Order: sequence, then structure tokens, then C-alpha cells
Amino acid sequence: MFENLQLLFDYPSLGVDLVANGLMIGAIFALAAFGMALVWGVLGIINIAQGEFVMLGGFVALTAAGLGVPPLLTIPLAAIALFILGWGLYRLVIFRVVDRDLFVSLLATFGLSIILQQLSNEIFGADVRTLETGLGTLVLFDGQIVLAEIKLVSFVTALTVGLVLWVFLKRARLGQAIRATAQNARAARILGIDTDRVYAATYALNAALCGAAGSLVVMAWTIHPYIGLPYTVRSFLVVIVAGLGNIVAVITAGLGLGALENLAGFILGAEYQIAFVFVLMVILLVGRNLWLRRKREYLK
Amino acid sequence: MTKAQKYSLIGGGLFLSLVAPFLLPQLATQLTMLWLMVVFALTWDTLGGQMGYNSFGNILFFGIGAYACAVLQRDLGLDYFIGLAVGLAFAGVLSSLVAIILGFGMLGLRGHYFAIGTLGLGIAAGEIAGGWDYVGAGSGMVPPLYPTALAGRELFFYFLMFALALATFFILRALYATKFGLALNAIRDDEDKAEAMGLQTTQVKSFAWAVSALFLGIGGGLAGNLLGFIDPRDVAFAGATFGVWMVLMAILGGKGTVWGPVIGAVVFHITQELFWTYLLGWQRVALGLLIVAIVVFFPNGILGTLREQRPEWFGEKVEERA
Repeated sequence: MFENLQLLFDYPSLGVDLVANGLMIGAIFALAAFGMALVWGVLGIINIAQGEFVMLGGFVALTAAGLGVPPLLTIPLAAIALFILGWGLYRLVIFRVVDRDLFVSLLATFGLSIILQQLSNEIFGADVRTLETGLGTLVLFDGQIVLAEIKLVSFVTALTVGLVLWVFLKRARLGQAIRATAQNARAARILGIDTDRVYAATYALNAALCGAAGSLVVMAWTIHPYIGLPYTVRSFLVVIVAGLGNIVAVITAGLGLGALENLAGFILGAEYQIAFVFVLMVILLVGRNLWLRRKREYLK
Repeated sequence: MTKAQKYSLIGGGLFLSLVAPFLLPQLATQLTMLWLMVVFALTWDTLGGQMGYNSFGNILFFGIGAYACAVLQRDLGLDYFIGLAVGLAFAGVLSSLVAIILGFGMLGLRGHYFAIGTLGLGIAAGEIAGGWDYVGAGSGMVPPLYPTALAGRELFFYFLMFALALATFFILRALYATKFGLALNAIRDDEDKAEAMGLQTTQVKSFAWAVSALFLGIGGGLAGNLLGFIDPRDVAFAGATFGVWMVLMAILGGKGTVWGPVIGAVVFHITQELFWTYLLGWQRVALGLLIVAIVVFFPNGILGTLREQRPEWFGEKVEERA
């Protein structure tokens, strides 16, 4: 552990390389986190199946590419497939838990995540998979920083999708209806908004976002059926740091988490990288709660 | 239900549990696991049902117990049975201590933050154990073997686990009947008010977690020895199986009751074993479906539903409508 830290001090460019690569994946975390914030804010549900949507997006992209679709075109395909899945899940399960106790929705989405995880294990197999895009690598500053082009592509795509979604929420009719429902569902209903449809659209939109994120993950990194939970926790982490309504904060927090995680993975060793994410979440939660306690409040 | 009926039912159940391993020796390990499930559900319900703190990470204490016991057995080099006894005691105490230490930070969190925070703790522990060479890292640990010269390994563990389940049941039931039980329920109903009434909520909460961690830790030590292999992610800190099951069993039986978790554990374990037999390969998918179905359609559990349908069984008087 200390040798790695020493290495970082001796070769600062290594640190820059790690941070750059971390920022790239951080954009994907931000995308999934944005979806989670959307569902949390509008439906009042913390979606534990978030990571499974990411994983499924990856498998959809893999399958499509296997059928001959060019890799980059699989991104919208994954988003559409997951949109349909999200809509279906809302109609089957989620609408029953929207107005219920948070614990019920938490457990219900946990159950969904187990179903999706095990189904994809049965259908796609438990192997670690990746999608070869055929893009090269960028070598910057005399080989000090090595960056796969696909990571850059995924970074830009993730940010673009996030921004498009933000504009959609601000300008489009449905986007405005979603925001109105988030502010006050009852008032929205009185004003003639079909909140049930808004909920369905929001949940489906979230799934689509995760699907797009997943297709980027499979191209730039790897996926397997059990990667879901870490992505859920990363989204949760980003959301509790950034809050529910602020897209700039979500992107910043997502990028920060990506960079931090990559650095920690190098210093502590890759086997502790996931542990780091989970421990970081616990520390942040407890820390913020202790901070609030000084004002006799707690996280709500 | 009259008193006589109730006692004959309980007596019958006890008698069945005593003779079951002799009648069905090939199922002895599954029956032992059944009692472990009862311990799981009961200890989860201390926080989840009685205190209103839904933990998704109680598996943490089970895993700590499993590892603590096995490490002690490995390093002390005592006779098997003495080593096991020392290991189990240490497992329980260590788990309780961890619960108290973590409790000061974690138990300040409420609602879903507590749920997700504890979930994170459980998974993180599995990941750390999976990378830590001292406890065998990813390849897990093998606790010392039961002396081969002696027969009756299955029976030995069956009755130990049975005794643990009984002890858990009676101690928790006795605790719920005291002022401490009332304090737990007060925290569940309105924590701010309970605090305003002068209740030391942090102490009560930490103590409750420590009690449930004690039994879970001992259960972990026993389970490690019973299974003969401790895998960091699939046995000790198995959040996606044991960790969720304990929540589910308590809900299925009826949260916040003494008998609910016991009934829930029995029903769930049998269902689960049937899934394993008849849906091989798809049993986990079926379990996920079961989770969703129970949570969405049956959140009051068996006892909660019975109480609505047959209040007279619970000694509640029903006013006849004129």
C-alpha cells in the first residue's frame, strides 16, 4: 500500500493518468446517478435495481453487436430496450409501491435486482465480458498519459446525454410535467397531469439512462451479471453528495467519485476498490449525519 | 385458540424438533440451517420489527462471528471442543462489541439511510474479507474438522443450533416483556418523542443491536463449523442470500411479533429448499420473485394477516356489530 503511495509521489504523471481515467468513468457514474435522483425525486423511491439496469444495458449492447450492429449504435439501442423494460417493470411492480412506506419500495426493488441479476446469469452466463470497438488509444505527453479513445467517446457521450436530458426536463412538455409532479404530485393531478403516466415515464427514462450508461461501460470497461450493486451504491453516493435537483453538482460529484475511486484502487490495491466505495458511502452518511446532529437534525 | 390448544401446539413442535434429526438423518444439515434461519429472523426483528430500524446489513455480525470463531480455533491450537466453545464465546462478544462501536455512528441514521448504510457495511465487510490474507482472502477459510473418531457430527451441530435458537427466542421474548422492550417500541413509534420523554435512545438502540449481534455472532461461528468452509462473499457476508432472507423471513411471518419470525423462517426455509429441489438453476430467480411478491402483496405477514382475520385467537375482544 505504501509502496504504491510512494510511486505516486515519485511519478506524478501516474497520478494524472489515474485521475484522467477515473474522470472518464466518473461521467458514467454521473449518468446513472442522475437517473437515480430523478426517480428518487419524482416517485420517492430509491431504486436498488439501478445497477442491474446498467448491467443489462451492457448485455443488450453486447447482444446487438453480436448481431452485427456497429458498437457505437448499440448505445441508443440499449437505451430503448431498457426504456421498454423500465416501463414494463413500472406497470408490473413499481406502481404498487409508489405511495407505500420507503422500506417496502427498497425491498421490492432489491427483489427486482435479484431477479434481473439471476436471469442475466442464466441467459448470458457469468463470464466477464467486454465489447471491442476497434478504436485506438491516445498517447499524450510522451506516453505519460495513456487513454483509450473509447473512454473519451464514452465520457463525451455520457455528458451529452446528461445535458440533453436536462434540457428536456426544462423545456419539453413531459419534462415540465415530471418536474411539476416532483414538486407536488397532488397539485399536478388537480391541474390535469396524468401522474401515473409521468411516474411510468420517469422510471422508464431512468432505466434508459442506465441502459446507455451500461452500453458505455461494456465498451470502455467490462461487465458481468453481478456488477450491479456497486453501481447502485455509486449512484446513491453521488446523489447524497449532490442532492436531488442539481445537475451540475451531480456531474461534479460523479466525476470526483470516479477519480477518487481510481486513485484508491491503485493505492489500496484493486481488490479493495469496491470495498472503498462502500466504506466511503458509510463514512459520508455517518459524517453528514453527525454534522447535522449539532443542529439536532438528522438526514431525511 | 384456547390455552390448552396453544400449549399442545408448542409442545408438539418442540417434540418434533427433538426427534426430527433422528427420523430424517439425511436432512440433518438442512434442519440445522432451519434453526439458523430462525435465529436470523428473530435477531433481525429486534431492530426491524420492534425498533423500526430496517437493517440490510445484519449479516455483518454473522460473518464476523464465523471468521472470529474460525481464526481462534485455528490459532489457539486447543482441543476441538474447547476451541469451539472459546471460539463461539469470542465470536459473540466480538460481534456485540462491533455493534456497539458501529452503533454510535450508524444508529444515528434513520429510515432508508440506515437501511442503505447497513447494506454498504455488509458488502464492504465481504469485500475486505475477500482481500485480506490473514483470513484466507478470496479462497476463504476452513475451520478445524470435527474429530473423525467421534460419530454424530450432524446431531452435535443440530442440537447446538437448536439450543441457540431456543435461547435466542426465550431471551428476546423476556427482553421484550421488560421496560427495555417498551423503550424499543417507543423508538419505533416516535423516536423524537421518546427522546423528549427522557429515554436515552442511543444507548437503547446500541444495546438492542449488540444483543442481536451476540446471537448472530454465535450463529456465525456455528454455521462456519457446520458448513466446514467459510467463503467471504457466499457464506460469511452473503448479503444477497442470508442478508435478504433474514429481512424477508421476519416480514413473511409478521414484523414486530415474537412468533412471527419463527413461523416466517420455517415457512421460508421449506419453500426455499423446495425451490432448490424442483427449480434447480432457476431457484434464485424464483426467490427474487418471492421477495417481490411477499413485500408487495403480503407486507403484514402471516401473523399480521391472521390478527386481522381472527383477532379472537390473539385474545382481542371483538365487538359484535348489532
